[in-house]
Amino acid sequence: MINLEIPKKLRPLIDQAHQVGLNVFRPIARKYDTAEHEEPKELRMFGAIMRGMSEGGAQGGLNAKEDKSSNGSSNGHGEPQIKNGGQMATLLGMLELCWGDVGLALSIPGQGLGNAAITAVATPAQKERFGDKWAAMAITEPGAGSDSAAIKTTAVLDGDEWVLNGEKIYVTAGERCEAVVVWATLDARLGRAAIKSFVVEKPNPGMTVARLEKKMGIRASDTATIILDNCRIPKDNLLGSAEVDPKKSFAGVMQTFDNTRPIVAAMSIGVARAALERTKALLEKEGVRVDYGGSQYTKSAVEAELLKMEADLEVARLLTVRAAWMADNKQPNSTEASMAKAKAGRVGNAITLKCVELLGALGYGETELIEKWARDSKILDIFEGTQQIQLLIIARRLLNLTSAQLR
Amino acid sequence: MDQLTGLPLKIMTQLAGSKRLQRAGLLKPLENFLYQGSKTVVSTAVEALKRARPVMKMVQPARMKPAGAPTGLFDLTLTDSQQMVRDTMQKFAKNTLRPAALHADESSSPPDGLLDEAHGLGLSMLAVPEALGGAGEARSPMTNAIVAEDLARGDASLALAALAPVAFVHALVDYGTAEQQGEYLPVFAGEEFYPAAVALLERRPLFDPHRLSTRATLQNGSYVLNGTKSLVPLAEDAQVLLVIADLGGKPQGFLVEKGTPGVTVTPEPTMGLRAAKLGTVKLEDVRLPAKAKLGGDEGIDSERLIDLARIAWGAIAVGVCDAILSYVKEYCSDRVAFGEPIVYRQSVAFLIANIAIELDGLRLLVWRAASRAEAGKDFHREAALVRVQAADKAMEIATNGVQLLGGAGFIKEHPVELWYRQLRAIGIVEGALSV
Repeated sequence: MINLEIPKKLRPLIDQAHQVGLNVFRPIARKYDTAEHEEPKELRMFGAIMRGMSEGGAQGGLNAKEDKSSNGSSNGHGEPQIKNGGQMATLLGMLELCWGDVGLALSIPGQGLGNAAITAVATPAQKERFGDKWAAMAITEPGAGSDSAAIKTTAVLDGDEWVLNGEKIYVTAGERCEAVVVWATLDARLGRAAIKSFVVEKPNPGMTVARLEKKMGIRASDTATIILDNCRIPKDNLLGSAEVDPKKSFAGVMQTFDNTRPIVAAMSIGVARAALERTKALLEKEGVRVDYGGSQYTKSAVEAELLKMEADLEVARLLTVRAAWMADNKQPNSTEASMAKAKAGRVGNAITLKCVELLGALGYGETELIEKWARDSKILDIFEGTQQIQLLIIARRLLNLTSAQLR
Repeated sequence: MDQLTGLPLKIMTQLAGSKRLQRAGLLKPLENFLYQGSKTVVSTAVEALKRARPVMKMVQPARMKPAGAPTGLFDLTLTDSQQMVRDTMQKFAKNTLRPAALHADESSSPPDGLLDEAHGLGLSMLAVPEALGGAGEARSPMTNAIVAEDLARGDASLALAALAPVAFVHALVDYGTAEQQGEYLPVFAGEEFYPAAVALLERRPLFDPHRLSTRATLQNGSYVLNGTKSLVPLAEDAQVLLVIADLGGKPQGFLVEKGTPGVTVTPEPTMGLRAAKLGTVKLEDVRLPAKAKLGGDEGIDSERLIDLARIAWGAIAVGVCDAILSYVKEYCSDRVAFGEPIVYRQSVAFLIANIAIELDGLRLLVWRAASRAEAGKDFHREAALVRVQAADKAMEIATNGVQLLGGAGFIKEHPVELWYRQLRAIGIVEGALSV
């Protein structure tokens, strides 16, 4: 039965995450934007809390465990029960945290993108071994950004160990994390089929952080360059199968994105909602208030802009929750995950930029967080697949085209 | 008398044999309807023979409860009956509406019998409460939104013509007094399509549905209406119109019967939606009895009426945009230029991807507003967002649809130019439809 309201049972989790965003992240957001590369110590104890929330069934992080509690609804016709489970909870929790601050949300110990990969593809034994570790994700290389099939980092089996060699860049939380999920190829000549993901636990003498990037936004989050120099890891640290199957392998590693893209979309929505709410509050002091009735053509220009932004943000939110709902109900959602990411990425960025514009000098200056959000939001239309990559994925699926046909 | 008792039986036989109705799961409600209907027809036998409007005596107004009793979970699954309605409407849209669309546009009229056929799907019958001879059990804006979307996938103009009386029925069900319901509603549960419409829009720039130029004043116990209504569907055919006019600063509804002195109806040709027989309704010192004011002393909730129309127009936009997406996907996949299908080019493929994104987004927005209305929740904000987003995205999708076909998009061999002309109405029209 059609219902697009967020279920009541997720309310406590959302409220909790919102309180964290408001009371923990907001007060220190400017501090760690200014003090880039300084570890937000306020978050140290926070990882444990998040883990506790996660295990208590009230998920709030990227590595939320599957909600096993009975939450299905039966329509009485013996059809599959509808679930609102782990993915939706994770996503809505993350949205609120990012409403607080996206850079800090990315720095919560134990809540890395690598954790999402482990949750998506690891065996139960691997989940047992790595589940509690803060795992970063290392895909991008100096010569391979969106073209992740072109990665050059190699993995060679030597007895009971894999030996990894290569350079990884833009690794979010690469320094502070406890493990890194590394994408490497078993044989570069075999292309994407030979790409596998490996878990490298710290400390490992073969893995070093070469440098931290200086960035325009999300400065609270560390972004590392990682060197793998004869980095040896146990054979069991490969996620998924070691078999090189041209049909399946790359799909296996890409599957992670079906889970992470809607989460990044939610992050973008969180930042944009923060900017829009603050902008509305500041404009209200100038006597501007959005009236939902009447004609949009007789409203003031600023009122019409606010209404349009609200509509776009709501569309992005619904597309994102849909992708999570599909994941929770075991429906394939690659297209919908990309739609959510594409729409949320671009409107999130556009909204934050427009908010700066509408507020003028007040928006541009550092007394407000609006200018910061406008810097933070840009990355959300880039990482986990740029806007253009999302359109490519959507178009290929809609039009039934291969990557050779639609390049 | 044989002729009279035979009438409902004839309908029964026709309807029971209809595979479409069987598939649509409408037979059960239809049986109810026919039971009620036969009582109505027999009790008002003479009027029925003269094809006058059957009336019923009502003690109190029959309001329909919202259908929604949601489980509380986020869910995008149609109910079984919604799925059957969807299948039925889509089939009708594909087999009947789409093939008729271009000619109907050119002749500014639906083909003979088409509106009766559409009526036979139960459109207004299911909107009329059982107590009034209909088959309606609950008010379901969500199902109505699906119907609007699916009919518009065939043709938006014909969908508008078919659904215009349903908007009239919804307003009567939601706000009508017992007397008004008894007088006007039973006929919509009858065998034939009964033309009626809601007239809200006015012909001037910056039209605001809450600030109407058409005015009603109370003079010696009668209402006197002055003003002009624009783009009224089925304007000339309508046996009765619900004219929304300003009464003391607030929009109220007035039941205006065809032929009332002072009412002049003229065709109003437009760039699109032509098959809905749009017309201008001019009201000059139109004198109406007090009982013509919808809802009596309580009147109507005009904001809600306007919002329900905005959701319905959003659903129409979704249906047409969905037709555009399917069409450009197929055309651009087949069309070869520079030695390969043009969908191999990102500039083409990305336009199509963006159509899909904005279409899905708009549909979710419409569904959220409709499902909130169905659950009895406030939906004023959601309807406003539907309006704003549809005004922007529907036209964007339509103009890109024509662009993707190039010169072929501009000629009438392909329906995309028709969709482009029709979708320009989104963001302009108010009222006339309802969910």
